[in-house]
Amino acid sequence: MENTTNVIEMKHIVKDFNGFKANNDINLTLRKGEILALLGENGAGKSTLMSILSGLLMPTSGEIDVRGQEVEIKNPTVAKNLGIGMVHQHFMLMESFTVLENIILGHETTKGPKLDFKKAQQQIEELSQRYNLNIDPKKKVSEITVAQQQRVEILKVLYRGADIMIFDEPTAVLTPQEITEFIQIIKELAKEGKSIILITHKLEEIKRAADRVTVIRAGKSVGTFDVSDVTNNRLAELMVGRHVNMKLDKPSAEVGKTTLKVSDLKVKNKQGILALKGLSFNLRAGEILGVAGIDGNGQDELVRALTGMQHVDSGKISINDEDMTNQKVRKITEKGVSYIPSDRQKYGLILPFSISDNLALQNYYQQPYSSHHVMHYDLIHQHADELIKKFDIRTTGSSLPVSDLSGGNQQKVIIARELDLDSDLIIAFQPTRGLDVGAIEYIHQQLLLERAKGKAILLISYELDEIMQLSDRIIVLHDGDISGEVKPEETSDEELGLLMTGIKKEGNAFA
Amino acid sequence: MLKVTPKTKKILVPLISIFAGFLVGALIMLIWSYNPFEAYSSMFSSALGNMNGIGETIREATPLIFTAIGFAIASSAGFFNIGLPGQAQAGWLTSIWIVLANPNMPKVILLPLAVIAGALAGAAVAGVAGWLRAQFGTNEVITTIMLNYIVLYSCQYLMQQVMSSKLRIDTDTTKTITANGSLKIDWLSSMFGDSRINAGIFLALIGVFIYWYLMKKTTTGFEIRSVGANPYASRYAGMSTKKNIIYSMLLSGGFAGLGGVVQGLGTYQNYFTQTTSLDIGWDGLSVALLGGGTAIGILLAAILFSILKIGGLGMQTIAGIPYEIVSIVIAAIIFFVAIQYVIGLLFKSRKASVEEPEQKTDGTNTANTTSTEGGQR
Repeated sequence: MENTTNVIEMKHIVKDFNGFKANNDINLTLRKGEILALLGENGAGKSTLMSILSGLLMPTSGEIDVRGQEVEIKNPTVAKNLGIGMVHQHFMLMESFTVLENIILGHETTKGPKLDFKKAQQQIEELSQRYNLNIDPKKKVSEITVAQQQRVEILKVLYRGADIMIFDEPTAVLTPQEITEFIQIIKELAKEGKSIILITHKLEEIKRAADRVTVIRAGKSVGTFDVSDVTNNRLAELMVGRHVNMKLDKPSAEVGKTTLKVSDLKVKNKQGILALKGLSFNLRAGEILGVAGIDGNGQDELVRALTGMQHVDSGKISINDEDMTNQKVRKITEKGVSYIPSDRQKYGLILPFSISDNLALQNYYQQPYSSHHVMHYDLIHQHADELIKKFDIRTTGSSLPVSDLSGGNQQKVIIARELDLDSDLIIAFQPTRGLDVGAIEYIHQQLLLERAKGKAILLISYELDEIMQLSDRIIVLHDGDISGEVKPEETSDEELGLLMTGIKKEGNAFA
Repeated sequence: MLKVTPKTKKILVPLISIFAGFLVGALIMLIWSYNPFEAYSSMFSSALGNMNGIGETIREATPLIFTAIGFAIASSAGFFNIGLPGQAQAGWLTSIWIVLANPNMPKVILLPLAVIAGALAGAAVAGVAGWLRAQFGTNEVITTIMLNYIVLYSCQYLMQQVMSSKLRIDTDTTKTITANGSLKIDWLSSMFGDSRINAGIFLALIGVFIYWYLMKKTTTGFEIRSVGANPYASRYAGMSTKKNIIYSMLLSGGFAGLGGVVQGLGTYQNYFTQTTSLDIGWDGLSVALLGGGTAIGILLAAILFSILKIGGLGMQTIAGIPYEIVSIVIAAIIFFVAIQYVIGLLFKSRKASVEEPEQKTDGTNTANTTSTEGGQR
């Protein structure tokens, strides 16, 4: 920080994709030895900018200076030779290879025709020690945790001699404890003289980790600030471009009868391994039950079992006191279950179909939308127009293909369709995934409105903030079982983090 | 680049493909020193220049309309049915057999019976592939190709070994069917210069209407299209993908079977040993692709194909150009239709510029931004 030489200067970067400017005059300066956060909403142009810096894309216009020299980063090799390395959000590791093999892949040190594993291992161990990464290079990638895999990616970049490191949403896959460790690691790296760009949309992390922050919005840079001089609210406003309500207005729950009762649920995954190992919980009308946990701990199977998409091996699912175990999807829906899937384009929508057809997906076969197998499109359109108005879906017409809508509006189509069913139980799986702040706010409010109407809501999310803000109770999934149940006002990120890694809480996990 | 709406593009792309196909044909004729203008004018004059030509063109289009509808229904459900030749052949033999076996039955019963039985035969063949796919996830391309051979040789066996020799002239040809089972209409034939045009075309027009109504107006069509466009979302919406795959294959095979029925009861009035898979099956696939799967498109594409086929014969007799040239023109058109993606690049969809930033927001399916911004997993 005290050293203010600029290692990277990106000036007036423009990237034009067939008339759409993903980057439109962005300026960014990275100083030596600092951690610079790059903040922006989804689609603001962060990834495009970083792809330009790492040689995956060429800018349409603009100048890039690295260590005071103007450069043209034509391909990733040029970026590598300039000492620029990127740690991707989705790790690029081979599971069946050892850490060592993964790191040297493509940069093998050789002794004649033979690979010189010894020398490579020595180098890697040195690096690992120097930056406190604690990685055993002989372990297979499949044997280490996600957080350790991330460190392997960091080692990979270091091994290739990078001193400018870009991290793309690095904390998305980590527990709160792991995030703390990660921040220590990058601070250490910065102290050693590495310059770091941290791509993120989490304001809290910026406060904890970064020295400065550059905010971009809609392809333009809004400004660069010293983190100590700017508040979270101000950053959020800069990112979104308007005032944001950071706190949700959540009245206390008025809990009614039990809507969903899951007892001793066991479900096998595709490989025939038990993915849910005897799960039991209750969900009552008028409350939001948050299901926290790291991706891959049984969330998919739980949702698929509840919606009737997957066979339940044993245990029981009751909805409104009726056994719904292994029932047909449609029967479950008709019994009163609405479902907001995590992957809206794959599971929630039929992209080439019109907005009105998508809005009719759950009731096209019922009166009055069809009778005797004949569809009444006039009524379907009329109903679609009502829903578009009611749920504020921004479109010029209900007959446009739903693929024309933005992500937020596509999600609103699903929300409109599912909430219109007026079901007693709403299953929301990552309902705000990939959405911008405005859309997230809207969807959270809709869920709270449904809660106020006395609906039972099961919220499964990998975003702890979301779980903490909305839930009345939280259960934590770990390895196919509930590792604990907590109340949001009585717990902390740290406690949840421990539960997410499977450290069980004392006491009864049953509601 | 031209700016057009997606709808205009849907019409323009096949038209350009057709034009490009004719152009390629003309070039080839020039290379071999034939006069393309003479050739094409003799093609159109023999296909459309007199009543007999028109009648034959319509007759040629009739089975193609059915097989194309068959392909289009399966394709809507995401199913690539290339078993149309076998399904049509099953329909052909079945309908002829029923008529030959019941020479004294009144026409009002016999004709509908033969037509329906032919459709069911086609449906049964296709249903096998549909069931295998629904039950075991078997690749339909392989099963339908193989079923073509199974049907080809089964028909030969059935006709030569099982069919009573009283119904046959020789081992390779059946007797001609009686009038009470024929689709022939005398006044229609004589109106079109004694051509082989028959009542099949009326059935085909009804078929086009049913296809349109089924796919666009009924819940069955809605489900078939949903499952074809996105089987995952359809399942979450409570539709049965298995049921819809089988339904669509039965319907598809039924229409393909009717293609064989009109060929038998209308065009040839008998059945004779086939040595290769039926052309009407393969051409139906092309017609469906050229017609973009729409009812009206299929009708027009079928007519174009029969103009090429009937006119091609005229080109041969009048202008002395080998029929192979016609095959090249047809092949070139199919080629350009198949690469319509390339032709589509000529046009810039008007929405594209608006769409791009919107898609960005999703973070998915944007090739440019390595999908890193989308997921917060």
